[in-house]
Amino acid sequence: MPVKGSTASGPLLAVRNLTKLFGSFAACNAIDLQIESGEIHALLGENGAGKSTLVKMLFGVLAPTAGEILWKGDAVRIASPGDARKLGIGMVFQHFSLFEALTVAENIALSMDRNVSLGRVAEEASRLSRAYGLPLDPKAHVADLSVGERQRIEIVRALLQNPQLIILDEPTSVLTPQEADRLFETLYKLKAEGRSVLYISHRLEEVQRLCDRATVLRHGQVTGACDPRAETPASLARMMVGSEVAAVTPEGTNTKGAVQLEVRHLSVAARTPFAVSLKNVSLKVRAGEVLAIAGVAGNGQSELFDALSGEYPVADDNAVHIRQTPVGTKGINARRLMGAGFVPEERHGHAAVSALPLSDNLVLARNQSDRRAFLGGGFLKVIRQDAVKAATRRISENMDVRKSGDDPPAASLSGGNLQKFIVGRELDREPSVLVVNQPTWGVDAGAASRIRRALVDLAKAGSAVLVISQDLDEIFEVATEIAVISDGRLSDAYPARELSREKIGLLMGGLHGLTEGAGAAHAH
Amino acid sequence: MRIELEKRAKVSILFSILSPFIAFALTLVFGGIMFALLGKNPAIALYSYFVEPLIEVWSLHELAIKAAPLILIGVGLSVCFRSNNWNIGAEGQFIMGAIAGSILPVVFYDWQSPLMLPLMLVLGMIGGALFAAIPAFLKAHMNTNEILTSLMLVYVAQLFLDWLVRGPWRNPEGMNFPETRRFAADAILPEMLASGRANWGFAFAIIAAVLVWFMMRYTLKGFEVAVLGQSARAGRFAGFSSRKMIWFSMLFSGALAGLAGIAEVSGAIQQLRPVISPGYGFTAIIVAFLGRLNPIGIIAAGLVLALTYLGGEAAQLSIGVSDKVTRVFQGLLLFFVLSCDTLIHYRIRLVWERLPAIKTDEAH
Repeated sequence: MPVKGSTASGPLLAVRNLTKLFGSFAACNAIDLQIESGEIHALLGENGAGKSTLVKMLFGVLAPTAGEILWKGDAVRIASPGDARKLGIGMVFQHFSLFEALTVAENIALSMDRNVSLGRVAEEASRLSRAYGLPLDPKAHVADLSVGERQRIEIVRALLQNPQLIILDEPTSVLTPQEADRLFETLYKLKAEGRSVLYISHRLEEVQRLCDRATVLRHGQVTGACDPRAETPASLARMMVGSEVAAVTPEGTNTKGAVQLEVRHLSVAARTPFAVSLKNVSLKVRAGEVLAIAGVAGNGQSELFDALSGEYPVADDNAVHIRQTPVGTKGINARRLMGAGFVPEERHGHAAVSALPLSDNLVLARNQSDRRAFLGGGFLKVIRQDAVKAATRRISENMDVRKSGDDPPAASLSGGNLQKFIVGRELDREPSVLVVNQPTWGVDAGAASRIRRALVDLAKAGSAVLVISQDLDEIFEVATEIAVISDGRLSDAYPARELSREKIGLLMGGLHGLTEGAGAAHAH
Repeated sequence: MRIELEKRAKVSILFSILSPFIAFALTLVFGGIMFALLGKNPAIALYSYFVEPLIEVWSLHELAIKAAPLILIGVGLSVCFRSNNWNIGAEGQFIMGAIAGSILPVVFYDWQSPLMLPLMLVLGMIGGALFAAIPAFLKAHMNTNEILTSLMLVYVAQLFLDWLVRGPWRNPEGMNFPETRRFAADAILPEMLASGRANWGFAFAIIAAVLVWFMMRYTLKGFEVAVLGQSARAGRFAGFSSRKMIWFSMLFSGALAGLAGIAEVSGAIQQLRPVISPGYGFTAIIVAFLGRLNPIGIIAAGLVLALTYLGGEAAQLSIGVSDKVTRVFQGLLLFFVLSCDTLIHYRIRLVWERLPAIKTDEAH
């Protein structure tokens, strides 16, 4: 599918002075950006830098407050994604919008503006997927597909519109290293055809490997436009973050102590049709260790967390041991009383109630473990606001939580600051076991490094820490031991020094191969 | 053109406080228009509706009698609603409380004891709670929608009461009127003051409101209600159980509705009749929302709604309008309360015709 009508002169897309205000807050402030035909252009920036806002304006999801967008030299007004598609802009979002119960072809047909027969859609989709090295079965149900395959549907869906510019939002955040390599080849192919790609990421190595030019955003402003290959990762990070980011190393962790958290042959059936069942999971975390569980999202991480935290106790009391006591059938507060702390993945509506102030969100996690300090009045269980507020202040100071006012609602904090509070809430108890799911998901670089340092320090002080994460950079920063979860199965744990990224990728793939070879449930 | 609701970035605290008052003022304005359309002088009609009942001692007593069940039920419902459980069947629980509490004075009518009244009140609470246990069980264990089940059970309760007073519990000395024996003196909730009819039901309502206010404001139980109401997942993380909260909130609101029922029967009516409530259980839903689910606000809201009942009776007598006007006022009030609340959180945006989209030639 060759590209028609791209002119050699001038950029494909130019953005001048583009600004988006939310109230008085400038999410994007006078952004200038130029994308040439046939280039892969990186948009770099930490969380909250304004990348998503900028892209949403380009794709017609948000209307700009000021500034102009030039397409092949002409000023255009992009009022809806439909307008963007008509111009020749396609987009692959970070969070997919797919119906899990429908097939690949049905999902693609749903997004088409015109009525096309399902057969033609399937035909066209498989032709495109072959041409670009994106293997896809149009008849497969989305629920059965991996995240990487789901992403391919989104890409094929965008390619069906024959776009000249494809925008990809953090495409590799959900992919295994091998899947990412495959995606890069597709992108090279698109580039070779003269199409342009706007590639949003915060992974510096990837950007250096893939992109011809980069525009760096920070606090809604352009802080640099450069050739990423001419820069070092450190100099790119400086443009993104504004200051050198201190790297945490797990080196020097004390000698290992007793086993504090142990899982023995844990199997849990899937609670919902789209959940993952856990299959014979075993692990041990000793005092002084950080065990990181790597894996692509949706492979049983949240189910494992639920079983470890006791939010959903399991039938076998011996499946989970905390400090050498069986707790499998106990609830979350019983486990907390034994010295365990938990940090779930989702901040809003799980780790915290958005509308409630921080002090209430402290009571949320510690209403039983700290009942002597926080509750008074005998059976009435009156919450002692003075004690709770004092602890809230202490946690905020220790973790450098930046907030407006003394005790604002959780919703008013940025993701990074709320996460620092949620982690600090557990650290403040000095737990002997800490289980954290995606500790720095959607958190800015400064907060992320603060949180990772705290996790490493906790282990150094003699606690057992279990970190579930999709972020390999993070895993290598904090882990002393690494295991990989895939399709509800957990690999053996290896010392972090003995593992490379490639090995982890192979472990993910190897485990998948094992289940398919055994002819398990997903065989079709 | 279409109308869109756009979420406001910031909610005005001033208007959150003013909202019930604005809603009441708008109700008065539209009520005035309605009276004008009915051919009545709006000023006189509104005066006899909303002011006259407040200037005489006896009618203030009537106000307290009508406000008591509204406040008692509304306070219970506020706990239920805050926990995200939607008990719409308080009317039925009110009736079943009244029936359960009446077992002693109707069936064991010759038993005389100072324990009679306290036992009746306890039985009333148990009756209301047990009737609320049906939708609670269905929701907690069968995942049914409690709005539908609790609402439908209202009709069951109403027909059960109707059958009782026409059948097994009909007063044998009552000349075939469909009503039970009149309660003996031991079974009657006494008056609070010498100046009029208002009974201790009003005191129960105020005490219940203050206790619930304390629970919601200061205790871990109130915190549990608020957390589970806003996020069941976060509640689970805190170690709270959504299922237990369904039971707690439904039984609690059922018990208060039952108490309101037996207090009304024992204090104001003093026997069972086919109809013992002018829709208190439903009006209490308006009371709970007008009071912003805050027990202290509910006291004020209960008095306002009681005034609509009283005003309706007064206006029927003095200016000759239908008693359906009461329902109209209550409906207007609920409508304006809900729309004021909506406008506090959202702004209305009129979207005119879209500008023509960009034209490009399709590539395939």
